[in-house]
Amino acid sequence: MRIRLAVLAALALWGVTGCGDDAAAPAAGESGVTGGVTVFAAASLTESFTQIGKDFEAANPGAKVTFNFAGSSQLATQINEGAPADVFAAASPSTMKTVTDASNGDGTPVTFVKNQLVIAVPKGNPDGVTGLADLTKPGVKVALCAEQVPCGAAARKALDTAGVTLTPVTLEQDVKAALSKVKLGEVDAALVYRTDAKASTSDVDGVEFPESAGAVNDYPMVVLKDAPHKAAARAFVTYVQSDRGVAVLTAAGFQAPQ
Amino acid sequence: MTVAKPRRVGGRVPLPLVIPAGLGLLFLVLPLAGLLIRAPWTTLPQRLTEPGVLTALRLSLQTATLATLLCLVLGVPLAWLLARVEFPGRRLVRALVTVPLVLPPVVGGVALLLVFGRRGIVGGWLDSTFGITLPFTTTGVVLAEAFVAMPFLVIAVEGALRGADTRYEEAAATLGAGRWITFTHVTLPLVAPGVAAGAVLCWARALGEFGATITFAGNFPGRTQTMPLAVYLALETDLQSAIVLSLILLAVSVTILASLRDRWITGP
Repeated sequence: MRIRLAVLAALALWGVTGCGDDAAAPAAGESGVTGGVTVFAAASLTESFTQIGKDFEAANPGAKVTFNFAGSSQLATQINEGAPADVFAAASPSTMKTVTDASNGDGTPVTFVKNQLVIAVPKGNPDGVTGLADLTKPGVKVALCAEQVPCGAAARKALDTAGVTLTPVTLEQDVKAALSKVKLGEVDAALVYRTDAKASTSDVDGVEFPESAGAVNDYPMVVLKDAPHKAAARAFVTYVQSDRGVAVLTAAGFQAPQ
Repeated sequence: MTVAKPRRVGGRVPLPLVIPAGLGLLFLVLPLAGLLIRAPWTTLPQRLTEPGVLTALRLSLQTATLATLLCLVLGVPLAWLLARVEFPGRRLVRALVTVPLVLPPVVGGVALLLVFGRRGIVGGWLDSTFGITLPFTTTGVVLAEAFVAMPFLVIAVEGALRGADTRYEEAAATLGAGRWITFTHVTLPLVAPGVAAGAVLCWARALGEFGATITFAGNFPGRTQTMPLAVYLALETDLQSAIVLSLILLAVSVTILASLRDRWITGP
């Protein structure tokens, strides 16, 4: 019994102290940018921002980028409730607006990329989906994002533009959840961002459709007013818009803003 | 039947118990106070009548109740088995019962999809044989809630069974009652308060269930959108309406739990 308790205590302590490991802060590098940057970014930026973060750290050995990826609206709430973030990158201007309306932005947000919807279907497109109208066929199960989140608002716009009325089986809480329903084979199609379909080419195909051009989402980004590391935050925002940053984003399927 | 009553221990209430108890209570109640302080009281009546709120509330109450019934039917016998029957691997089974407690609910939802989904082991068969699909249906919501909430019932009932005096069951057996008759006529009445407490815990957990539900059953108003899902999506656009929805859910559940508690748990 005593041994078992000791093991349990050791495990618990390991769990507690494990968090302290990254307190071994990065040493100051030769380049100008030092310190940690905390970036709150939309879930759809997960793959590309992780890559850009690595590149940024490689270019600035004294810097360390930490990400918090989640639904844009959730991030906006966290920021407005005082989360210690340096940069906010949202998937829609409306979610950015809740942050800037609360005077939590430092300066005007910049649009750094645009994203468009595609129809995600299982690999090989077994139902032969070629456009939005095919989604109303009987027996075709469709997942959309809920209209409260940016991808759902864009889907609504695209469907309205196309004049297509469809009844989805579910309104998912974010774009990754909608995509995972296709991956798991629970639905036959979902409207997701082109970037999300592109990040999962092993499981899904992305079918382009013309009406998505009328429902393009702008991604704005801003340094936050209460950012603990403002200089490093500005350097990160500049880096995202640099040629290196744009190359990573466009490779992921984003469009550069004009 | 004389049941030993706990004797009241005299003396002052010791501070080393009172202080942490008070802090504990504060810790549990303060977030609720936070909700109450931030609630948009002036627009409350208008928000209450918004379409969709009542639908989600009714669906939540229905599915939580059905899930609790399912848990009672399956969970009480399981608890009895764990408490009264010696069988190899009992400790392992007991640990397995608590798996849904440890599993993040979203993972639980994915696991349910892998079994009961259209491509799942059981779900695929149900679909091809009977044309039944469970994801994205109200039945799916009940299943997800029952999966997450059943351990609460099993643990509570098993605890009650272990605490119950087995001499009554032995006496019944001596008088010629079989195990089934003993269970229904002696054991069950003996642990009824434990079963009720377990059912209440189970119901409360089912009512608040979010992760497994949204993953397994999806989110569609009137069919699978329960209150926690409605709260989550309201949070996407409007913090205030999310607070209102949470308060409604809290008020309804506290009212129901308080009235049940007086009737069943405390007893006469």
